[in-house]
Amino acid sequence: MTTAMNSQDGMNKQNGGAVASEDLVDLKCVFERPKSLSDKPFHYCPGCSHGTYHRLIAEMIDEFGFMDNTVGICPVGCAVFAYEYFETDMIEASHGRAPAVATGVKRALPDRFVFTYQGDGDLASIGMGEIIHAAARGERITVFFVNNGIFGMTGGQMAPTSLIGQRTTTSVQGRDPRTTGHPIKVCELLSSLEGVAYLARVALTSPKNINTCRKYMRKAIRAQTEDVGLGLVEVLSPCPVQWGMSPGDALHHIEEDVVKEFPPGEFVDKLAGPVKA
Amino acid sequence: MDLCQIHADRCKGCELCVQFCPKHALEMSEERNAAGYHPAVLAHPELCNGCAMCAQMCPETGIEIYRRQKRARQDAVNQG
Amino acid sequence: MPAKMQLTKGNEALAMGAIAGGCDCFFGYPITPQNEVPEVLSYELPKRGRVFVQAESEVASINMVYGAAAAGKRAMTSSSSPGVSLMMEGLSYIACAELPCLIVNVMRGGPGLGSITPSQGDYFQACKGGGHGDYHSIVLAPWNVQEMYEFPALAFELADRYRCPAMLLADGVLGAMMEPAEISDDAPPPNVPEKPWATNGRNGRAHKNVVNSLVIDPYGLRDHNLKLQAKYKAMECETRWDTRDVDDAEILVVAYGISARLALSGCKLARKQGIKAGLLRPITLFPFPSKQIAECATNKKRILVVELSAGQMVEDVRLAVNGKVPVDFYGEMGGVIPSPAEVCEKIVEAAR
Repeated sequence: MTTAMNSQDGMNKQNGGAVASEDLVDLKCVFERPKSLSDKPFHYCPGCSHGTYHRLIAEMIDEFGFMDNTVGICPVGCAVFAYEYFETDMIEASHGRAPAVATGVKRALPDRFVFTYQGDGDLASIGMGEIIHAAARGERITVFFVNNGIFGMTGGQMAPTSLIGQRTTTSVQGRDPRTTGHPIKVCELLSSLEGVAYLARVALTSPKNINTCRKYMRKAIRAQTEDVGLGLVEVLSPCPVQWGMSPGDALHHIEEDVVKEFPPGEFVDKLAGPVKA
Repeated sequence: MDLCQIHADRCKGCELCVQFCPKHALEMSEERNAAGYHPAVLAHPELCNGCAMCAQMCPETGIEIYRRQKRARQDAVNQG
Repeated sequence: MPAKMQLTKGNEALAMGAIAGGCDCFFGYPITPQNEVPEVLSYELPKRGRVFVQAESEVASINMVYGAAAAGKRAMTSSSSPGVSLMMEGLSYIACAELPCLIVNVMRGGPGLGSITPSQGDYFQACKGGGHGDYHSIVLAPWNVQEMYEFPALAFELADRYRCPAMLLADGVLGAMMEPAEISDDAPPPNVPEKPWATNGRNGRAHKNVVNSLVIDPYGLRDHNLKLQAKYKAMECETRWDTRDVDDAEILVVAYGISARLALSGCKLARKQGIKAGLLRPITLFPFPSKQIAECATNKKRILVVELSAGQMVEDVRLAVNGKVPVDFYGEMGGVIPSPAEVCEKIVEAAR
């Protein structure tokens, strides 16, 4: 954040986030970069929700006080550089294997907070075996799953989560269910597994939904910390560039079309009682 | 000082902050930032009440929000 | 309880050797002919408060090893040829990320699903990389049950020293055979070096640790590769080999693992027929004892390489002697195991 400031405001975080000028003492910062998020600017495209989800994860790590206790596992895909954006220990996994890597870490170090960050190609395509079995074993890990219905990093190819009729670079006529099947609904699929303690889906399309996402994330983290089972939060995320839409239109598309295929809500909640403060 | 501080060099011009600002206080700048984007600017600081909708929606975590100390429940935004 | 001599199966010795070597975490998937390894570890590890996980696949196994090794633990997996093939992507990541760990391959006949009978057809895969990119694992080849017990500890030690994967390359005979070996049920814990690079939570550390095999900048990746290559060069001091009756030998037999057992018996039979044959057994297949073979071969008439393959290590032996000594090859495939008499016959042929 040191280089990206407006020059006149004097609020450089290097000064501890304090308000420097004397006439500003009556102001308090109520929304700032979480401490668990590094200063490095995201490489994501304009309007992409990866950055938003990163920020929410960092907020959670701060809120739970886990910065010193966390090992995060990054995917292959757009979020392949996620290890650069968190201030926690991070591991870069091979494509789809983050739940297996997380299993290795969590079994080795059961008192650490272990999360994976995975896209829909990573989790629902190549890594389907790993997430299903991690869920079936009830691994005490938290999965932050980003579903944007497309392979973003590689140039906009069809994903298992692409909508019927969705045009991608490998389904230029639109996804045809006769030859490419139907979208895979991860939350619905995993909800039959006993090892899952918490499952929820939310669209990152508004401040209200972002707040809902926070609530879900807290529960998915508690599923791990309270030793209940695997927790997963799926966010419906826009990919404006590969969808060929403006960022605003992409959010409307999620709210009008994507949620019909992927209904938001909580699918599994085995947590007892309210959030512990 | 403005309640809404936009870090222009982090901005990628996605315009979500402008679209979600309930007070229409934000606009896209005619200028370009170092990365070549037209960044969002607080064009009408007098309209801004520090509600943080823009900051919530900003994918770059490029907006900081300040509130006056005398306000009650000043942490409401972050506590969700 | 001190180590005592007991009649032990190779796979079981290997499992107990892994425990003695300080294995914290085992992740594996069943495959013949190595199933006694996970079976023994599934009750011996938890009993000691260590980790055993039966993974859903070899792909998951190797990635669990990646995670536990990144967390700073001594982690291992065990499999056989087709399963090890599935691990090659993960192994490449582990090598690039410079994580120490142990991979056991109790080789069976290939290619394809092949057979469950013994083979040495995975030499190239084990020693030349196996996965994508320029990397190596340290490869140890035991030839008896005692070494099946001792080599896991050595493999962990070398892996930690060089921050690289180590592979124990055995075969279906060594896994299934029983012979007396000195085994300890409660060996003292080994000295494990500090791992300040481990991603085990910052816990007050001033900086975060990242375990990664992605180096997007070409010059950065070039430099990382140069670093790896320098490490492989530095490993040459770890080369291990064994010789039997080579000083006066006219025929030098080179073989590893179970083939070396057969070859030694073949050499003895040949000596009874008046042909002076001796054995050089590479113990480390990577680093390969090229210099030692070249030195040993200087006064030899011919070299005979014996393998349970179509001829894989023989290429390294030919490179080692660089045309100065003729190199013959005798190999069997598909689980066929030559008798010492058959090896002797080939020695006799070479001596003519």
